[in-house]
Amino acid sequence: MNNSIDLLIQSLPFLLKGAAYTVELAVGGMLFGLILGFILALMRRSSVSLLKGGARFYVSFIRGTPLLVQLFVIYYGFPQFGLRLDPIPSALIGLSLNVGGYTAEIWRAAIASVDRGQIEAAESLGMTPFQTMMRTVLPQATRLALPPLGNTFISLVKDTALAATIQVPELFRQAQLITARTYQVFTMYLAAAALYWVLSGVLGWLQLRLEARVSLHVQET
Amino acid sequence: MIDVQSLTKHFGGTPILQGLDLAVAKGEVLAIIGPSGSGKTTLLRCLNFLEIPTSGRIKVGAIEVDGALGLQHQKAQIRNLRQHVGFVFQNFNLFPHRTALGNVIEGPIIVKKESRDVAVARGRELLAKVGLANKADVYPSRLSGGQQQRVAIARALAMQPDVLLFDEPTSALDPELVGEVLVTIRALADEHRTMIVVTHEMSFARHAADRVIFMEAGAIIEQGTATEVFDNPREERTQRFLRKLRDRGGAA
Repeated sequence: MNNSIDLLIQSLPFLLKGAAYTVELAVGGMLFGLILGFILALMRRSSVSLLKGGARFYVSFIRGTPLLVQLFVIYYGFPQFGLRLDPIPSALIGLSLNVGGYTAEIWRAAIASVDRGQIEAAESLGMTPFQTMMRTVLPQATRLALPPLGNTFISLVKDTALAATIQVPELFRQAQLITARTYQVFTMYLAAAALYWVLSGVLGWLQLRLEARVSLHVQET
Repeated sequence: MIDVQSLTKHFGGTPILQGLDLAVAKGEVLAIIGPSGSGKTTLLRCLNFLEIPTSGRIKVGAIEVDGALGLQHQKAQIRNLRQHVGFVFQNFNLFPHRTALGNVIEGPIIVKKESRDVAVARGRELLAKVGLANKADVYPSRLSGGQQQRVAIARALAMQPDVLLFDEPTSALDPELVGEVLVTIRALADEHRTMIVVTHEMSFARHAADRVIFMEAGAIIEQGTATEVFDNPREERTQRFLRKLRDRGGAA
């Protein structure tokens, strides 16, 4: 028992360093993924069939293939075509592309559920389609999209563990490395699990705060 | 001020407007009445291209658009038209994520690129004008329907339009809130703003409008002063419509 506690104390700096990479990947992947997803959602709404079809194909491919395979294609597959990326950029790209595919559907549904009258009101003032989107539709769509986007983010935090398979020194990878040295399998993996849990908990709490903030204008009944 | 020539609108082969001609003078208040499905709302929505006409010409002030060209080939022209034509919706359509004042200054700041100070100053004036000076910082969800519609009127006025269009502005309101909105619109009529009001409020049409148009089946059946149309309708269809209203207790 004492051994385990000593080991945990010694390992904590490494695990926290790994957790920092985890947060970095999750925040970066979410940010780029959100933007990509929003662009994809706009493409799906476009009247140009090439844009529409392209977005539909992309979303279908991302959602229809395992994230693990997507990461392997980027990290191990791309070098065959001369595109050699380091583990962290590979993971960041893979996670962003993946999150883009999932958030595209969330954005699409949220944008579609903004009342048609809102668009007409913006148009009747003489707004351009871009102004209408940014000033009227997006703020309202964001409020609707926030709960599912929050869930995507929490899933993403846990999915970053897959980056361990392409040599990213994130939380799970750190736990693996320490386990390989110490053979304290149960302790180390449980410690890693606990850290993921704490991260998800904090992020979930932040999500609720944010949801409350953007819903200020909605009357509480 | 407004000149519409042979305006038609078809919805998948069904004619909604059948070659309408309409001229409205500067400062004239026009009320359009008629049974539902008569095309009066469609006519109003075509005037600022919320509905895209099938054919016809629409002229507001110096701005002229060709209905047959659709939206894509004259985008800038249509946006220009919309800046000069204020529209008040049946369901208010206030931006829920902006305060009353935020709604009113949105168009001037974003579309007309006015400075915030100027827009806010006029926005507050307009809210005072519609009797809501103390609601500037309140979100629409905290306002009654009548208050929301008055904010929507202030929002339309903030663009300093040449023409105001009202699409059944009191139809979505509880009966006890209709009066306050009609008083507001009536005050605008008294200022001799150019306005078209599609309405079911016959007493409002009678007392506020310079001219009343009765529409049915996508065509103008009869028009004249309120007295002419309400008290001495020439057309059989107008008489029938007014009789039906009176039977329901909607005295004109």
